[in-house]
Amino acid sequence: MSGPSDFQPNHPALKWIERRLPIMGLVHSSFVAYPTPRNLNYWWTFGAILSMMLAVQILTGVILAMHYTPHADLAFKSVELIVRDVNFGWLLRNMHAVGASMFFLAVYIHMFRGMYYGSYKEPREVLWILGVIIYLLMMATGFMGYVLPWGQMSFWGATVITNLFSAIPYVGDSIVTLLWGGYAVGNPTLNRFFSLHYLLPFVIAGVVVLHVWALHVAGQNNPDGVEPKSEKDTVPFTPHATIKDFFGVSCFLLLYAWFIFYMPNYLGEADNYLPANPAVTPAHIVPEWYYLPFYAILRSIPNKLAGVVAMFSAILVLAFLPWLDTAKTRSSKYRPLAKQFFWIFVVVSILLGYLGAQPPEGIYVIAGRILTVMYFAYFLIVLPLLSRIETPRPVPNSIADAVLAKSKVASIAVALLIAGGLFIGSAQNARAEDHGVAPPGNKWSFAGPFGTFDRGALQRGLKVYKEVCSACHGLSLVAFRNLADPGGPGYSTAQAAAFASEYKVKDGPNDAGDMFERPGRPADYFPSPFPNEQAARAANGGAAPPDLSLAAKALSYKRGFPWFVFDLFSQYQEQGPDFIAALLQGYEDKPPAGFNLPEGSYYNKYFPGHAIKMPKPLSDGQVTFDDGSPATVAQYAKDVVTFLMWAAEPHMEARKQLGLQVFVFLILLTGLLYFTKKKVWATAH
Amino acid sequence: MNPDASTIAAGAPIEVDLAPIAEGQDIKVFWRGKPIYISHRTKKQIEEAQKVPLKDLPDPQTDEQRTKAGHEQWLVVVGICTHLGCIPIAHEGAYDGFFCPCHGSVYDTSGRIRQGPAPANLAVPPYNFVSDTKIQIG
Repeated sequence: MSGPSDFQPNHPALKWIERRLPIMGLVHSSFVAYPTPRNLNYWWTFGAILSMMLAVQILTGVILAMHYTPHADLAFKSVELIVRDVNFGWLLRNMHAVGASMFFLAVYIHMFRGMYYGSYKEPREVLWILGVIIYLLMMATGFMGYVLPWGQMSFWGATVITNLFSAIPYVGDSIVTLLWGGYAVGNPTLNRFFSLHYLLPFVIAGVVVLHVWALHVAGQNNPDGVEPKSEKDTVPFTPHATIKDFFGVSCFLLLYAWFIFYMPNYLGEADNYLPANPAVTPAHIVPEWYYLPFYAILRSIPNKLAGVVAMFSAILVLAFLPWLDTAKTRSSKYRPLAKQFFWIFVVVSILLGYLGAQPPEGIYVIAGRILTVMYFAYFLIVLPLLSRIETPRPVPNSIADAVLAKSKVASIAVALLIAGGLFIGSAQNARAEDHGVAPPGNKWSFAGPFGTFDRGALQRGLKVYKEVCSACHGLSLVAFRNLADPGGPGYSTAQAAAFASEYKVKDGPNDAGDMFERPGRPADYFPSPFPNEQAARAANGGAAPPDLSLAAKALSYKRGFPWFVFDLFSQYQEQGPDFIAALLQGYEDKPPAGFNLPEGSYYNKYFPGHAIKMPKPLSDGQVTFDDGSPATVAQYAKDVVTFLMWAAEPHMEARKQLGLQVFVFLILLTGLLYFTKKKVWATAH
Repeated sequence: MNPDASTIAAGAPIEVDLAPIAEGQDIKVFWRGKPIYISHRTKKQIEEAQKVPLKDLPDPQTDEQRTKAGHEQWLVVVGICTHLGCIPIAHEGAYDGFFCPCHGSVYDTSGRIRQGPAPANLAVPPYNFVSDTKIQIG
């Protein structure tokens, strides 16, 4: 479709370059003059969106890699230091983590588009297979990227997925040892995953070049599945497709920005805010939402090897689509039966995704098996059968004719939105059961898109932490200088220095080679009460009091259906603070009748399992506040939790403020692009 | 890209003192990055383990094959579920053995798989008795 260009620059310098490296001509013929079918709908903008997302991930990733340390002992903290100390590090991290989800969302829409409109059919088979290769590379990249923060889910997800390869007969164990670089997931694993995670996106970029090249040889498919026959059927790529792509990109950026600035942790796992612990397996190991359907297929098959084979086959079967579906009619728009089965397939995929996040017991297992059969049946039975028996509707003569008889397809977007909400939110569901009593909701000053930290609450919370909690709990990610940072408790730098100097900090060695103690300085971090985990356990009956720096984010609990759908729109993300506040006030002197409380534990209404090793930490009158606030447990709980939320995310206010500016900008941009697009296309319609 | 020399060296054998482990108690040690359960089994647990007919076992092995002669009260197994690698919980499940919370595999008092998706018994690491109260793992 794109032949040799007739583009000739006017400027002599440009002519000089063009004669030696005709790159301008290439860009012109591929993206300016390139004949594009005039009937493309918005599902065709996802190619541009994906290209943008790859560029965004590479850019943010390269900058993050400048500050990240790929060592098992240092990785977790290095990520937190990026978020806290690197200029706009919080923004880079959010963009990259949310970007991965957005990348997969776009790729799934792109793939479903290809399936619906028959974009894999002759002569686009190689284009489609290159796409499957890109998808596989994306999955590998995403998996390795998730391991890098070295949280609980990073470590255990890595353990489960690398163990899959041990199912391969003969070579399985050798492959696993090669992946691990040791006898278990550990530091060598992290190091090699970092190396490959940096490499693969560039391999993806290379395959994308091949993908676009293959596309330009065959030309774009279109919603009617009829190849362009004359110039009446196409429009030049610029300005028509370009402006449409920009508008699509802008709408996509709105969704992207929603998550980056207002719901950054919604798509992730709270457990990943706990540092990796090889001795403790989390109750629910769940991959990121974009792997869930395949995880469900894996778990549906009771045999280890067969499960692994089924899971990989579920992806590889896509590559065979051009030979499974041999119907002559390309677009499902004209295939009434195929169209219905396609939508059933979409629903099956979404339900499989939902099941992937549920515990594998009872009805979930049966449903998983039925849906797995339906998934494979679509490719291996339905499509080949329809190729033979379906009578399609007549296809229009040309694209120009089709454009003159247009119809609307709005409802799909709504269905996708709800489905997407269910799919994404299903990852939230797994922990709802173990948490027992859901904590009551509180009104937090920092909740919502315009939330800020109440300075008074932060200062009172700091006092509660210092006088009560710091006896057992560390706060090692917070430095004394943070107390003077904007968006925090609002102390001056002098006050923060004075606060620091009250602490004794170990330093050294001095010139004599000895360690010594000195008063704290603003650059020091809050000291931990115990020198190491074993000392913490020994002093607390076997249960080490956790560091509280990230408690407000790590202790989030999963909300079941339909709450997680509402939460997406209401921006509720205060599960952690609600849980901690409830826990602090949830002690009961007498456990209910019939409850067996182990020796040395205390009964707490909200703690999972109800038997907590921490004695009731707060009582009325324990801490007096200078500002006259009531010296009650309820007040202490509210204030210390506000303080802990700030400790977990010191830049929250900056995030929400920038978010507002970005949103205003993007809404304006989207509006302007929409009207520009309408103007550009006015002549074409 | 196979494990380098320092990793292999860190995987050298370790010695574990069994004296502090009371009857009915178990401890977890780490060797080569993997958790190893060392259980001091009660008479009841040993009997239950030895009496199970082989046909009841998805991965048939006698208890004698999994313990050292003269030291049947000691069970040493790698605490990694043979399904997908989670750490099973000791003293849990229908057989008072191990229970894996990830996908529900149940092991008995000899660490053998009885129910659930795990295909094999809990692995027994290489170990031997240096004395009656000390073992060397590896």
